Amino acid sequence: MGWGFAGPFVAVFGLVLLAPIGYALYLSLFKDRLIGGTSFVGLENYGEALADTRFWEGLARVGLFLLVQVPVMLGVALLVALAIDSGRLYGRTFFRVAVFLPYAVPAVVASLIWGFMYGTRFGLVGNINDALGVTLPDPLSPSLVLASIGNIVTWEFVGYNMLIFYSALKVVPRSLYEAAAIDGAGEWRVIASVKLPAIRSSLVIATIFSIIGSFQLFNEPSILQKLAPNAITSDFTPNLYTYSLSFAGQQHNYAATVAIVMGVITAVIAYTVQLRGMRKG
Amino acid sequence: MRMRTPVTRRLLGAVAVVSALALGATACGSGGTDDGSASAGPKDVAAALEKGGKVTVWAWEPTLKKVAEDFEKKYPKVDVELVNAGTGDKQYTALQNAIAAGSGAPDVAQIEYYALGQFAIGKSVENLAPYGADKLASGFTPGPWNAVHRDGAVDALPMDSGPMALFYNKKVFDQHGIAVPTTWDEYVEAARALHKADPKLFITNDTGDAGFATSLIWQAGGRPYKSKGTDVTVDFGDQGTRTYAGTWQKLLDEKLVAPISSWSDSWYKGLADGTVATLAIGAWMPASFVSGVAAASGDWRVAPLPQWTKGGTASAENGGSSLAVPKAAKNKELAYAFTEFATTGAGASTRVAAGAFPATRADLESPAFLDADFPYFGGQQANRIFADSARNVGADWSYLPFQVYANSVFNDTVGKAYVSSTTLTAGLNAWQETSVKYGKDQGFTVNK
Repeated sequence: MGWGFAGPFVAVFGLVLLAPIGYALYLSLFKDRLIGGTSFVGLENYGEALADTRFWEGLARVGLFLLVQVPVMLGVALLVALAIDSGRLYGRTFFRVAVFLPYAVPAVVASLIWGFMYGTRFGLVGNINDALGVTLPDPLSPSLVLASIGNIVTWEFVGYNMLIFYSALKVVPRSLYEAAAIDGAGEWRVIASVKLPAIRSSLVIATIFSIIGSFQLFNEPSILQKLAPNAITSDFTPNLYTYSLSFAGQQHNYAATVAIVMGVITAVIAYTVQLRGMRKG
Repeated sequence: MRMRTPVTRRLLGAVAVVSALALGATACGSGGTDDGSASAGPKDVAAALEKGGKVTVWAWEPTLKKVAEDFEKKYPKVDVELVNAGTGDKQYTALQNAIAAGSGAPDVAQIEYYALGQFAIGKSVENLAPYGADKLASGFTPGPWNAVHRDGAVDALPMDSGPMALFYNKKVFDQHGIAVPTTWDEYVEAARALHKADPKLFITNDTGDAGFATSLIWQAGGRPYKSKGTDVTVDFGDQGTRTYAGTWQKLLDEKLVAPISSWSDSWYKGLADGTVATLAIGAWMPASFVSGVAAASGDWRVAPLPQWTKGGTASAENGGSSLAVPKAAKNKELAYAFTEFATTGAGASTRVAAGAFPATRADLESPAFLDADFPYFGGQQANRIFADSARNVGADWSYLPFQVYANSVFNDTVGKAYVSSTTLTAGLNAWQETSVKYGKDQGFTVNK
């Protein structure tokens, strides 16, 4: 009886969510070669992935990105949310919309816009160099390109995270602030003891989204690759690596393997953060 | 892939996985089309034309449109469907998937010379020799013909070609009193003089381009790739490669090439305003000049490709495509008939008239072609230079049977020479290593 109700959901769930994962697992057990065709190789692909320096270097790169960019982005977002929530800001509505606006720009377009600005010849950086007679470092050089991507991603997602924090702050009962004020708490004390604990779960959720987003970094480096082909390699991030494996090398089986390994790593890290973040809450 | 909300993120993730799987699924399917069915001959081709039918052509070359119309006019019972399934890599991915899936493959497909080997070695394209293609050899220029036949088989028919020439901005050269270089050493000198006269000017742009590097090695006499069946050799240690690397390293060391990628927005601007003063590129470039760099009309001229030895005439191909008949084609005789029509005789002339650069001797030598004035190049008869170049393309060049992959990792390896202290030679060695590893992984016998 129950299946009649659950059936449609289970069918869609199985077909759309489970089947692809199952099929990726299935694919990862084979190897398709130009000479010799497809053969079953068991876990060989996994062994190869675990020893693949190109994969681990890409992972280390997004790991570094995660450790630097996410705190900066969430810190700025939190600061803006608290500022708007404090009610002391002039032109609050305008400010809120302005900070959120970049989020409405598709990532591909944002990367293109920033790519043009980063140009040292015909871009904004080039114009500044010409106008002021200085030589700014090239944002698309191998040593700076990760920071430049971080800047784009921060620009894109500060508004989004700000909105999450701000909406969480909005539902904090005002009476708590009044009680804190009666107890003699200043504005900073209110933030530290009332506001932050109250939006703790939002902070954790935003962090998890950002972790997953960092590990899935693809659009921005993929677009900038055209402008900086030697700084952004085909294995710059794990996602970019699976893409090149699949489309340039026709190594679909190995690409599926790398994707699964990456998915497991992301899930483990995101879950750990969630457990730790929620423990005291 | 930063997404908005967990829901869309997951959804898009699922879509990505599904599409990745769809690709993988087709890659897993059997590509088993029968191998020894190539018993068809020219007679069958004539019979097929009598009978009529439908030919599906996957190509992005715009001049084929008129050819398809002419073909239908000549053979009223035949229906040609011209499909643009993407340019370059995109089309190859679609083609590879269709071939592997065993259905949906076109009857005729445009394939660039450098990528043809990958399809030939996978036994995905029909050997056209039994249909009469082997008798057409003398009608084509040597470079393109060499690119389509291997081990006695004809994998495709040459559609166009890209013999190299030097395009230079005469206005910039005249302004700074610099002579047009005839050797690559003079080219380096010119690069120095130009950059010294105005630090904003560069002799050319280069951010690492596999097609360009291999073409220059080709011209210098290097033959880094050899392949016979599944035996492949990759060796960037030969004299030709060393000649190229030695000279080009000077340009990189002294920062004499503009770090602008070809086909980028900055590149077109640079070509228009003189920042990028020369281009050594295939003879198909004029059309791109006219459409992409209209502002500099009249500034540019064409000269023969600079030489590695003074007084030499060596040249190389850069780009160009062929038309192949996939093994999975439904009507191979008809497919071949169209391929031959489009690449030889009247069909080839029609395309040349529409701006394609010929791979056929007859068109290359026709007075109408040679005498054509190029208003963009100040009325210069540029085709004479291109035709000379086509005649002098070095023989026996071959690409890897997995060149598409190799080119995709060029910037990961050789690209290091453009942005760090790594030398070109070291970069080429790394490229060789990566290519060898991939080749072995794919079941080839490499460097043995």
